[in-house]
Amino acid sequence: MPIWNRTFERMERAEMRRLQCERLRNTVELVYGNVPFYRRKFEQMGLTPGDITDLGDLSRLPLTTKADIRDGYPYGMFAVPMREIVRIHSSSGVTTRPIVVGYTANDIMHWTEQVARVLSAAGVTEDDVVQIAFNYGLLTGGFGMHYGAEKLGASVIPVSSGSTERQIQIMEDFQTTALISTPSYALYMISVMDRLGVSPERLCLRVGLFGGEPMSERTRKEIESKLGIVATDNYGASAVMGPGVAGECELRSGLHVNEDHFLVEIIDPETLQVLPEGEQGELVITTLTKEGLPMLRYRTRDVTRIISEPCKCGRTTIRIEPVQKRTDDMIIVRGVNIYPSEIERLLYDIELVEPKYQIVLDRENGLDHLTLNVELSGFMASDQMQRLVGLEETIRQRVHAVIGLTPRVRLVEPKTLHGVGPSDRVVDNRESA
Amino acid sequence: MKVSQLSVFLENKSGRLADVTRALADAKVNIRALSIADTIDYGILRLIVDDPTAAKAALSDAEFTLALTEVLAIEIPDVPGGLAGMIDIFAESGINIEYMYAFVGTTGKNAIVVFRVEKVDDAIAALQKKGVHILSGDELHSL
Repeated sequence: MPIWNRTFERMERAEMRRLQCERLRNTVELVYGNVPFYRRKFEQMGLTPGDITDLGDLSRLPLTTKADIRDGYPYGMFAVPMREIVRIHSSSGVTTRPIVVGYTANDIMHWTEQVARVLSAAGVTEDDVVQIAFNYGLLTGGFGMHYGAEKLGASVIPVSSGSTERQIQIMEDFQTTALISTPSYALYMISVMDRLGVSPERLCLRVGLFGGEPMSERTRKEIESKLGIVATDNYGASAVMGPGVAGECELRSGLHVNEDHFLVEIIDPETLQVLPEGEQGELVITTLTKEGLPMLRYRTRDVTRIISEPCKCGRTTIRIEPVQKRTDDMIIVRGVNIYPSEIERLLYDIELVEPKYQIVLDRENGLDHLTLNVELSGFMASDQMQRLVGLEETIRQRVHAVIGLTPRVRLVEPKTLHGVGPSDRVVDNRESA
Repeated sequence: MKVSQLSVFLENKSGRLADVTRALADAKVNIRALSIADTIDYGILRLIVDDPTAAKAALSDAEFTLALTEVLAIEIPDVPGGLAGMIDIFAESGINIEYMYAFVGTTGKNAIVVFRVEKVDDAIAALQKKGVHILSGDELHSL
């Protein structure tokens, strides 16, 4: 398995930390001198750039939220004059102001390098024909991946997103070997191929790099089995760069972070305290080489954990687990942070019920209660009442094992929860109580 | 010997039992016996009908959660001690009764009771040794 940049991807840990520390101090100087938002924050906190001497001081730095960046819309957070900006991207932001990202020539060079590493880690080489089905435009996905794939020497097809039938035709005729898209778009392509009667065997596809949204293990397995490819996950956030922040190697056991360019931390989204290594929480990223839009402790709202044991692939960089959820989905019951998606995942493994559920929160005498409505499948293996009572107990125990809270379980008839979507997945009656 | 019984999962909300009986009526299925076991939130409705296949199809079309189980319909003398004598046979043979309920019809002087037991075949053997009449599906439906 080739490693694109052995110097940085296999760097000794102590040396990496020295490099990160030096780059962190440069970034702090840069934002303190050039970004009024950070200057104000430092002054409020009674902090000067000189106070940051080693990586342990990272947690003393202010956090940055999406709202902070939006407040500076469009260029308020840029750290260089506009003449040094060579590219501008932006998040979609329909209802709110978008996040605008500016890149210097050096930023583009580093971005390109990091995407090449992620592609290489996933097994892409100069022999591959890479089809990029991300939107080419204001969003970071298309161009970000494109530059990296070209740098790698692959043959790049900038097909962009949409026109799925043509996309499939191209995939077949151009003998695409690597697909870059969101996981949900890959699933959609599979369904269209099915409808068109295009058998995956007619394709030359062997690897896929999926990003831009969480990819569940179930989705990964489905893509892998239906397309007959290796599906890898990669991670990026527009505010700190775009795709290329981290990506899985062929072992698919966590996403390698490009640590010479990013410092990652995990915090408790409620207390904002840094969590001990290995614990799950919100991913916070500090850029180390960005010039156009440097970020101190940017709160991604993505939930993951850090894996620091070295990977068998030979890279020494730390890894993060694939992001499966966002803090926005989190609910708090009796002080416990709960992600509904965790409950959904455990229901997949329980027979006789569908992974369809609804969470109802009530407050009785000041105490929060969580009721989990779970849909029964259409067939019961037994008509004994104790089986159903046992099923409820199993669900109660498994949920308790995962979230640390015992719910009240209510079995409901099939199709009852058919129309339940993200907006009414959680019914919170606590405020009105 | 064994009789097919259809079990339906019902949430405790008004109108659900009516939905079951309406679906069966529309499918021209006749209910011969029924019993309900319930908890706070839901119940299991157990039915013996004249046409289990048609009943099963009608109820799965209506998207009910179903189970098909085999039960024993047994003739019991309709006199004091009739049921006690029958239960003794099960006890002596070490057969656990999961649940039981009375059938609506009778045969002459005898009552009919539906039993769901753990070891159905052992139960049949024990009952036959004592000369107990176990009704077949056809016998039951023709009552």
